[in-house]
Amino acid sequence: MPHPKRRHSKQRRDKRRTHDNAIMPTLMLCPNCGTPNLYHRICSSCGQYRHKQVYEVAQTA
Amino acid sequence: MRHGKKNNHLSRTASHRSALLANMASSLILHKKIATTVAKAKELRKYIEPLITKAKTDSTHSRRTVFSYLKYKDPVIALFGEVAPKVGDRPGGYTRILKTGVRLGDNSDMCIIELVDFNEIYTTSKKAATTKTRRSRKGTGATTTTTAKKVETAPAATTTDEVVDTTAEEVTDTTETTPTEE
Repeated sequence: MPHPKRRHSKQRRDKRRTHDNAIMPTLMLCPNCGTPNLYHRICSSCGQYRHKQVYEVAQTA
Repeated sequence: MRHGKKNNHLSRTASHRSALLANMASSLILHKKIATTVAKAKELRKYIEPLITKAKTDSTHSRRTVFSYLKYKDPVIALFGEVAPKVGDRPGGYTRILKTGVRLGDNSDMCIIELVDFNEIYTTSKKAATTKTRRSRKGTGATTTTTAKKVETAPAATTTDEVVDTTAEEVTDTTETTPTEE
């Protein structure tokens, strides 16, 4: 089994992590109210999906 | 290997899974829409759509068959009495899955699954939406309007000349064709 021989320094650890970054998901603006949403999802604020009202706003929340 | 195995086991044993799907199908029939995860909704769709198809023929046999799946009396009564007439002649596709986002806690994809014929807000707003899109397409077809404007701005004398030319050509054409026919 792998067994570390030496302790890795903070520099090595941090250098390894330079490429670790969070990816921003692609968002779309709701055509009705302009709220940013994920694609293929009902708008979280106005309850519309593809220009169609799916539910009253209180029900979707 | 997993090749060709289409069913999502949902991390449950067979009995647990069948009980889950029966409960969810009952809830969907009684409430017409339920909020759940996308994975469960897709399995539920495969479970409930054959039952709704079965409910189109109201016989004792089909009622017993559906009862053996749902295991409760109330949803069977609702399915045959309320849902099946409203579904009517729809050839499958009785449910709609609309994704809503992710759940806090485990970040799982959430959705609403509903019976298509029971969401009147969606069907009524659908017509308004189609007219809107048509309006936007007319915006792309603005070239026709601009050409019409060009014709209007063009001097009237040229248009009349064109009309005269076309009529003269048509007359000549007819005169040429008539002797050949004779």
